[in-house]
Amino acid sequence: MATTVQPQTGAKPAASLSNEEILRYSRHLIMPEVGMDGQLKLKNAKVLLIGTGGLGAPLGLYLAAAGVGKLGLVDFDVVDSTNLQRQVTFGTTDVGKPKSEAARARLANLNPDIQIQSFETQLTSANALELFKDFDIIVDGTDNFPTRYLVNDACILLSKPNVYGSIFRFEGQATVFGMPDGPCYRCLYPEPPPPGLVPSCAEGGVLGVLPGIVGSIQAMETIKLILGRGDNLVGRLLLFDALGMKFRELKLRKNPNCPMCGTHRTINKLIDYYQFCGVRGEEAPGPTVQVPEITPRELKARLDSGDDLFILDVREPHEYQICNLKGHLLPLGELTRRVHELDSSREIVAHCRSGKRSAEAVDFLRKAGFRKILNLKGGILAWSDEVDPSVPKY
Amino acid sequence: MPVKVMIPSPLRPYAGKRDSAEFNARTVGEALGHLTTEFGDLRKHLFTEDGKLRSFVNVYVNDEDIRYLAKENTPTKDGDTISIIPSIAGGVPAME
Repeated sequence: MATTVQPQTGAKPAASLSNEEILRYSRHLIMPEVGMDGQLKLKNAKVLLIGTGGLGAPLGLYLAAAGVGKLGLVDFDVVDSTNLQRQVTFGTTDVGKPKSEAARARLANLNPDIQIQSFETQLTSANALELFKDFDIIVDGTDNFPTRYLVNDACILLSKPNVYGSIFRFEGQATVFGMPDGPCYRCLYPEPPPPGLVPSCAEGGVLGVLPGIVGSIQAMETIKLILGRGDNLVGRLLLFDALGMKFRELKLRKNPNCPMCGTHRTINKLIDYYQFCGVRGEEAPGPTVQVPEITPRELKARLDSGDDLFILDVREPHEYQICNLKGHLLPLGELTRRVHELDSSREIVAHCRSGKRSAEAVDFLRKAGFRKILNLKGGILAWSDEVDPSVPKY
Repeated sequence: MPVKVMIPSPLRPYAGKRDSAEFNARTVGEALGHLTTEFGDLRKHLFTEDGKLRSFVNVYVNDEDIRYLAKENTPTKDGDTISIIPSIAGGVPAME
């Protein structure tokens, strides 16, 4: 059941390929499933990538290489060195540059025959419809719930396909939303998780290849939609487990009562998605509990003067291996069970990476009767900045 | 009649880091009841305070969404796989 996406009307569609293009795309052209007709469909297609990060990297590279005639790149972020582990569009010399522009330059080098437009802006309810209207297919490579719902709703309002991919640690999901008879993101998840129930950041990180695989699946689905070939993921949620190396799929049904794509639509315009998602998406820091603190400089001075302080490190063992302040390691998650290891008569300074997990630990221990306990303000990151730059930051 | 419950990565920290668990259960609700009895920390992630499945957690028996079957009363048989699929936004948070 192949579905073709009709290109947006506007400029006159290209009807032929140059000799250089024929040579460049020859491995497509000699496949009957693509051929000259398919390559012209690619050339006349307009695809907008929301996000040029982990998922956006393989998406941009493969869609540009395949000869998608117009690519839009939306990202407001700047390349930093922690991106390079997985965002393979960028090189070391791109650190500090806007992602949308760095990606545009890389893709233009890959394929000078296509038109690439970068939008260095945050996608918002105010600009989404305007940005989307000139494109045939929207590909969601974002990383937070407010933007996911915004992309979904804008696609439904404009009747555009939304090629969806998402990752978490070792698992990925992909599907195609927004096709006429298919479900939308709200059919799958009517509401986002409330901020307090988003998975803990102590479980952060991702294996760099994972967004490469999921983004490549999105690129394949995008190309199939353009060509009108094969069975696309409409109505199916593809689950990928990288550790078990297993693919599974689940049926996705269109919810007839969906407020966005159901028979009685109740959402007729874009809303405030940050409010809808409870202000924070997955990334923003949650509220930090108020506990007594000590600054890195104060701690250094007290240690130098020989004060008897017990340093409690509440991070995970694999973080301790990256760097440590020679503290006693007791991960936050094990604190309840192992609290007897601590001597409440001693003065304790708790720390973690940034000060948030250790604030929770201090709060818990104070409630458990510990009186002489302080939180290291800003954690090991602040210690590195203010006391000892030889301690690496991560 | 053992059924297998698949626990997704985001919820594994609350389930003793397990990726699946098997229970004898005649319905989805029974299996999830056993699961949250064995792993108490999971309860608030799966159920609201009045015991309803949270709307951002989808549950499947094999490849079917239980919202389109009999919800928590959906019967299970020997060898069925129950999948818990929470919404994930993607992105790579740093550690705190």
